[in-house]
Amino acid sequence: MSDFEPKIVAFVCNWCTYAGADLTGTSRIKYASNVKIIRFPCTGRIDFMLLLKAFSNGADGIIVSGCHPNDCHYTSGNFHAKRRWIMFKELMDFMGIDMSRITFSWVSAAEGARWAEVVNTTVTRIRELGPYVSYKELVNKSVEEEVKNG
Amino acid sequence: MDNLILRAKELLENKTVQVVIGYEAGPTGVVRPAFISDPANADSLIYDERCVQNLAVYLTKPEVKHLGRIAIVSSLPVMRSIMMLISEQQISYDEIVVLGISADGVLLDIADLSVMQGYIDKSDLSNPVKYKELLAELKKLTPAEKFEYWQKELSKCIKCYACRQACPMCYCTRCTVEVNQPQWISVQSNAHGNMEWHILRAMHLAGRCISCGECGRACPVGIPCHLLTMHLTDQVYNYFKVYAGTSEKMNSVMSTYEPNDKESFIV
Amino acid sequence: METIRKLIRKQSLEKLYNNLAANRKVYAPVIAADKKAEYKYNPGFADVTFDHIRSTLSVKNIVFPKVENLFFYENSKTESTITDIDLDKIPEVVLWGAHPCDNAAFDTLRSIFCWDTKDEFFSRRLEKLTVIGLGCHSSDEYCFCTSVGLSPSSSRGSDILLTKLQTGDYQAEILTAKGNEIVSSFPDLFEPLTDEKVDITEVKQKFSHKQVTEKLAGAFEHEFWIANSLRCIGCGACAYVCPTCACFDIQDETKGKNGKRYRSWDSCGFGLFTLHTSGHNPRHVQSQRWRQRIMHKFSYMPDRNESLGCVGCGRCSSGCPVDMNIAEQLEALQNI
Repeated sequence: MSDFEPKIVAFVCNWCTYAGADLTGTSRIKYASNVKIIRFPCTGRIDFMLLLKAFSNGADGIIVSGCHPNDCHYTSGNFHAKRRWIMFKELMDFMGIDMSRITFSWVSAAEGARWAEVVNTTVTRIRELGPYVSYKELVNKSVEEEVKNG
Repeated sequence: MDNLILRAKELLENKTVQVVIGYEAGPTGVVRPAFISDPANADSLIYDERCVQNLAVYLTKPEVKHLGRIAIVSSLPVMRSIMMLISEQQISYDEIVVLGISADGVLLDIADLSVMQGYIDKSDLSNPVKYKELLAELKKLTPAEKFEYWQKELSKCIKCYACRQACPMCYCTRCTVEVNQPQWISVQSNAHGNMEWHILRAMHLAGRCISCGECGRACPVGIPCHLLTMHLTDQVYNYFKVYAGTSEKMNSVMSTYEPNDKESFIV
Repeated sequence: METIRKLIRKQSLEKLYNNLAANRKVYAPVIAADKKAEYKYNPGFADVTFDHIRSTLSVKNIVFPKVENLFFYENSKTESTITDIDLDKIPEVVLWGAHPCDNAAFDTLRSIFCWDTKDEFFSRRLEKLTVIGLGCHSSDEYCFCTSVGLSPSSSRGSDILLTKLQTGDYQAEILTAKGNEIVSSFPDLFEPLTDEKVDITEVKQKFSHKQVTEKLAGAFEHEFWIANSLRCIGCGACAYVCPTCACFDIQDETKGKNGKRYRSWDSCGFGLFTLHTSGHNPRHVQSQRWRQRIMHKFSYMPDRNESLGCVGCGRCSSGCPVDMNIAEQLEALQNI
């Protein structure tokens, strides 16, 4: 497992975390290169289906990040997002799907160092957890195989 | 249920409504929904413990709306569904007459929306007792056991969408699962596609599910999919202190917020 | 070939089953945790049920799986490469203990899938299938095989048909070369038949399908359809549990450069089934969809495929959440 490099997808909002990640770079702060950033207008736009899509396309971990509460560019997008994540997490926990593979965070445009920290801790954690085998198996399991086992 | 029959006849005879939606025993004895437009047929109406289907599902169907003003036999879940549909602006209270039935099977006099509101307010709105026990048992399992339980249950799914069609809240004319540009979830009925479908369904019902259990009852292969939405009903109350279908003016839980919503997992 | 009748003792059935299951896929009914019957591949003989009335799902998935890959593709900038499915890999399957209605359904499906163009996927699967049927010694109020020209002892579609004898042993009717091949592989297990008293249930005839077909020819605009379909909630349960429903949807699923095209079950009961790109929907309300379902099975198919589209298994009615009882409706239709 030592050569396992986790694939992490980061869903970030345009106004805070994306700008924060930009600051990380311009401040010459180094952080793990495992993360692939996808920029959204707002965390309110990040549908839970997108997270499932990331897992089904082979992500081992996910970061979802946006403006701190009360700092949303659109006033309330992150509050809506928060409610959604609360429910999503409860549902996933109830179905036994590993939520420790998803980091939810608030990172502002001024927190370049914090972004590096969020990414690094997530990468370390996912590295310990290993590849998300159970989800990958789920995706690859063809109907024929299911029938065979059934 | 003579009172119900008399009331239905009266409403049809004085043309207050054009159709009464209630329950009847079919020729084979199985209880099923009845659409009665002739007062002479109102005698076939029944109400007993076998009458469990949530009839509110018909209120949003164009072919049923087309029949005219509707009187609908309504137990608590049906009343809550009606309230929810009004709050989501799918129906208006003027289009319907509620033939309310109490938990012990007595015809209620629901004269207007505020009376219905009052009845809902003093009812127990949490999940039905038999499901509470099941939910509590499931919650005790370890994550791995939960995963295994749901994978086993969901492997039975054939994607007939009976759960969706039976649900009064699933009234969208085009469901996300039927959108293929972009394709949000896998249409295939396999381990992955089935799981994504049930996550999607439960999430879209978060804060909207009124715990009637109709989705699980309708499932031809017996998946307890109602437990997913009922779990979220529990959690919505737990976090936001709201039950769905309690007011005509209620805002959907997932499209509103309180600045002080509490969570413990966002870093 | 001419039908041969033999006797197989109860204890020999186990030997036959185990021998078959040793090197083949055997699809047999078991009683699941929810007390309902379901078919499984190679269950232990002790779990196999001989007393079920109907499984929740039909057995059509052997020849028409709920999802079937048609081909895989890889896109480059200029062209797509297609990889076909290796149909030689389709395994031999023995269907064990399925009832006459389900077995007759394979014929009905053939009349659809091989109507003008032969469907390769379906016909290759059918070629690899051997059916050891089981006559019904029990039935319930949903059964109506006798109304659609079948019976609890029909041998249509079976290669071997087992029927319980009153002694507890089984009569084996060997109907086809495929069936004969099995019998001749295990000659010790079959004995000459002496006691011919069979234990077969009685299913009351509810309607005459010929009369229904005649009535349907002039019933397209009848008010019956609206009155009897208002309660239909438009799910696909009836079609998905039906042993003869053959409608499918074709979808592409692409990930990056690679993808696959597959077909999966679909149902005429769904509103989107006939929705055109223009936005027009020729069957825009449920009554039209319900009419289509009945018309297709009892009018269009006898007309076009010379086969009735129903085998009277009763699954659609027993599985329906709102009691759309097809036999009851056909009985009513016969008299309109």
